Amino acid sequence: MDGVHDLGGMHGFGPVEREENEPVFRAAWEAAVLAIQRAGGARGFFNIDEFRHGIERMAPAHYLRATYYEKWLDGVTRLLLEKGVLDPAELAARLAYFEQRPDAPATEPLTAPLPPRPPANAKWAQDVIRETGAAPRFADGESVRTREVHPPGHTRLPRYARGKHGVIHRCHGIHVFPDTHAHGQGEQPQPLYSVRFDARELWGESAESNQAVHIDLWESYLLPGS
Amino acid sequence: MGKNHPNVDPYVVSRVRALESLLLEKGILAPDAVDRVIQRYEADTGPMVGARAVARAWTDPQYRRLLLDDPRTALARFDLDYQMLMVVENTDALHNLVVCTLCSCYPWPVLGLPPTWYKMPAYRSRAVSEPRALLGEMGLAIDPRREIRVWDSSAEMRYMVLPQRPAGIEGLGEAELVPLITRDALIGVAEVRPPAAR
Repeated sequence: MDGVHDLGGMHGFGPVEREENEPVFRAAWEAAVLAIQRAGGARGFFNIDEFRHGIERMAPAHYLRATYYEKWLDGVTRLLLEKGVLDPAELAARLAYFEQRPDAPATEPLTAPLPPRPPANAKWAQDVIRETGAAPRFADGESVRTREVHPPGHTRLPRYARGKHGVIHRCHGIHVFPDTHAHGQGEQPQPLYSVRFDARELWGESAESNQAVHIDLWESYLLPGS
Repeated sequence: MGKNHPNVDPYVVSRVRALESLLLEKGILAPDAVDRVIQRYEADTGPMVGARAVARAWTDPQYRRLLLDDPRTALARFDLDYQMLMVVENTDALHNLVVCTLCSCYPWPVLGLPPTWYKMPAYRSRAVSEPRALLGEMGLAIDPRREIRVWDSSAEMRYMVLPQRPAGIEGLGEAELVPLITRDALIGVAEVRPPAAR
């Protein structure tokens, strides 16, 4: 989707603000969001591509002002509701409970013993390579052109690199395809390539000199070049 | 705290507590899951695996070759199984820079949690379109004769920069080099400086 998350080349965000000795977590709730995201993914309620697309579907203005873990919270909540893991009414009731008790610990409402947890796959987010034996269509050094497309759903072809000429740098193997995996349409694994683009191809007369961008792109994003 | 960190709405904190308590009750979140996340990323703040691998690459040419050609095997020497990493080497002719324009992909297993600036729109928008200007603002002037190669982490592959070893520290061994190798140098927004210059 052509959303605000697709930031490459946009203007207006000002200088990078670096902070010395930044804490790992600014508050305990940030670590809780990370733990919730890990648990939801590892227990199979959503895959990494659904997770990313869950964040992309935030309201654009909220996306731009939200902190990192606030984005994760918004995306994970959306997915847990969509997947039926949480019921909107039960979430609303629990939210009201904690809004009235800002200092209550998250465990306070516990009354019954915990049910057994489903098995977890700790490497869920990295488990993307599929040895299908498929032969890559493009060879290292071959010229390619990216498709000029504007899919409304999840894609990892950034807007700034559509309809552009590049060169295959290397093939990373056969990887799960995010554009289908984010939408319940299966893994549809296909070759993933590192594609090199000259900055002038991407940014025209505005390009800085002596610069290139390498982007990891799936085979179906690519057409034969020139 | 600057514009990276606007005050967080109390609603956010309530929302996290609500999710946490519901997922605990449903058996999805382990009771110690949050503590384990804090322990892992806050208490285990020893040398980053990335810095240790770079220090070894600087002192052992065979290890340097292995780190570039087969990072998984190279990182296994530090008890890390990480299949998805590519290591890209800075040279006199080339400076590498890592970004994720679409979200905030980052090689957590070798570098730890990403710094806030890496995840914010200013860095993500400009790193691909004006990296030389951006690095200049961040205090790193790159010679115009050196190519700047930006790696946009759009898939599950992750990238770490192998910085150039600064001159004048030939006598230092692996253990003394590790603390010089900063996270920022492994992302490509800084170079490694000798101790006297720090």
